Amino acid sequence: MALYIGKRMAFLVVMLFGLLIVTFLISHVAPGDPASLAAGPDAPPEMVERIRHEYGLDRPLPVQLGIYVAGILHGDFGQSVRTGHSVLQDLSEFFPATFELVTVSMLIAIILGIPLGMLSAVKQNSWFDHAARIVSVSGVAVPMFWLGLMLQLAFALDLGWLPLGGRLGIMSTPPDPVTHLYLIDSLLAGQWDVFGDALSHLILPAVALCFPALASIIRVNRAEMIEALGQDYITNARAQGIGSFRTVAVYALKNAFLPTLAMIGLRYGWMLGGTILVESVFDWPGIGLYATQSAIAQDFQPIMGVTLLIGANFMIANLLVDLAYIWLDPRTREAA
Amino acid sequence: MNTASPELADTGRPTESWRERHASSIRQMRLYWHTYRRNASAMVGLVLVVIFLVLSLISPWIVPYPADATGAVHMADKLLPPSAAHWFGTDEVGNDILTRLLIGTRLSLEIAVIITGVATIIGVPLGILAGFSGGWTREIIMRVTDVFLSVPALVLAIAIVAALGIGIVNAIVALSLVWWPGYVRLVESKTLSLKGEAYVDAARLAGASTARILFSHILPNCLSPILVKASMDMGMAILAAASLGFIGLGAQPPTPEWGAMISIGRNYLPTWWWYATFPGLAIYLTVLGFNLMGDGLRDVFDPKSRGR
Repeated sequence: MALYIGKRMAFLVVMLFGLLIVTFLISHVAPGDPASLAAGPDAPPEMVERIRHEYGLDRPLPVQLGIYVAGILHGDFGQSVRTGHSVLQDLSEFFPATFELVTVSMLIAIILGIPLGMLSAVKQNSWFDHAARIVSVSGVAVPMFWLGLMLQLAFALDLGWLPLGGRLGIMSTPPDPVTHLYLIDSLLAGQWDVFGDALSHLILPAVALCFPALASIIRVNRAEMIEALGQDYITNARAQGIGSFRTVAVYALKNAFLPTLAMIGLRYGWMLGGTILVESVFDWPGIGLYATQSAIAQDFQPIMGVTLLIGANFMIANLLVDLAYIWLDPRTREAA
Repeated sequence: MNTASPELADTGRPTESWRERHASSIRQMRLYWHTYRRNASAMVGLVLVVIFLVLSLISPWIVPYPADATGAVHMADKLLPPSAAHWFGTDEVGNDILTRLLIGTRLSLEIAVIITGVATIIGVPLGILAGFSGGWTREIIMRVTDVFLSVPALVLAIAIVAALGIGIVNAIVALSLVWWPGYVRLVESKTLSLKGEAYVDAARLAGASTARILFSHILPNCLSPILVKASMDMGMAILAAASLGFIGLGAQPPTPEWGAMISIGRNYLPTWWWYATFPGLAIYLTVLGFNLMGDGLRDVFDPKSRGR
């Protein structure tokens, strides 16, 4: 097991290095000139040349790659021209908001998706199954940003039940930063009103973001449950008179859960991509909004920073899912 | 006496019509169609896709206000609600939204075909090469693929658009450059499993060249999963391009691109709700159509997946 984890960690490092090369190639080989971008639109040519030299952009490509990687290893992700801060500083400010949004959204998808998939498998071809199928085919087809706008239109603008956007209302002050996750920090500080405010701001973006994941979880869980329910051990359990709830929710779900878990890991990464769209709709101050605003301002370094951060997160999530998979499945546990 | 006509004797083969020569393929297609037709959601998908394709071909001739697609301005008609004259209402410069949506179908089709096409052209040969050759070639191709798959396609596309510059052409280029890894992985695993098949060994023993094995034995057997994935990706590519348009990195107004329309229309919520609502429905129905069609095709080609 330890050997396996070690191997996977080494692989993770190799993959991260590969990703660094990709972002390096995008930022250094693409036709745009990073020196003139960094210098700003009205910079005189001498200044562009000076920056080119300072950043080592006049050196051979492999040397530039070395400089780039060394910089990242020292936590130097470059500067944001737009915010005036270092990219690392910006990322650490904006990432907790994204992490909170994605986590809550994934929890919603899991909490709704597993029972829905399970019920559709049990009641295969019933009206419930068809309804769940409509949710699961629509969930991946509906444009997330548009769904977000429609939710805003209905629940914020028309009904007025939930706030339109942002992370907190103007009347609330952010709780003392411990984890930088408002839901947890406000609970730690015992500020229930702030907790409620933060939660009400989270609901709409989290729901808008969860649909593709919800759709996939329902789909995979349903298919795996149908497969599991057809197995001999289920017939055996039924013949032994074990209650049907126990048969389905324990015996069958246990076996159907592993493929669902793999899907959750995959969808987590897609959610990190989708958050860019949702944050832009709900003015959610996370790395997605940061990336969009930087891209529009042609501010290059922050986008590379966000790309690396999202890639690293996705890789770590997949590693955790794989480890959980092994830990949960005795067959692979022994093989590893 | 030999009654056979001389030309038949020359070719050594009786005159078979095209139909007779392809009888087995035709029977196969009939069976596919028979299976597909009985799947209600697959038929819904097919109908949606056909409507989309027909509209993208004929839209320039059927739109009610052709000038509105190219940036005409009628301030007197701005932001009118849906009515008999303007089924989906008008936008902030008085353009008919239905007209702009219909014109947008062609752009969406182009986006889908280019992105999916480039992805298959890059991904399929790499996948076959990786699966068939094994060794270092496979290692290198698959690890590069893994790196690309480790970042959501949309994020990588944003990075590339930021490097190339904002606009619809660069958005299409960026999405095409990040879309291929899925095909590599799909085709590689399929090729690996086909490589061990008896008929591939038989072909090799019969002296077939590698190229011949790849083109007449491996590739044809990879086609059905590629077709299924491509069908779904047509929709996903439209969705991704619309997403870039929405956040302001893709098509720029007044291009009648659905995502860009929503991006402007959101500023007119809630009073002028139709502006952002209808383009979103258009994206949804198109993507839904391609997804359902892809699902249906998979059920046809891979009976084991049926009902999933």
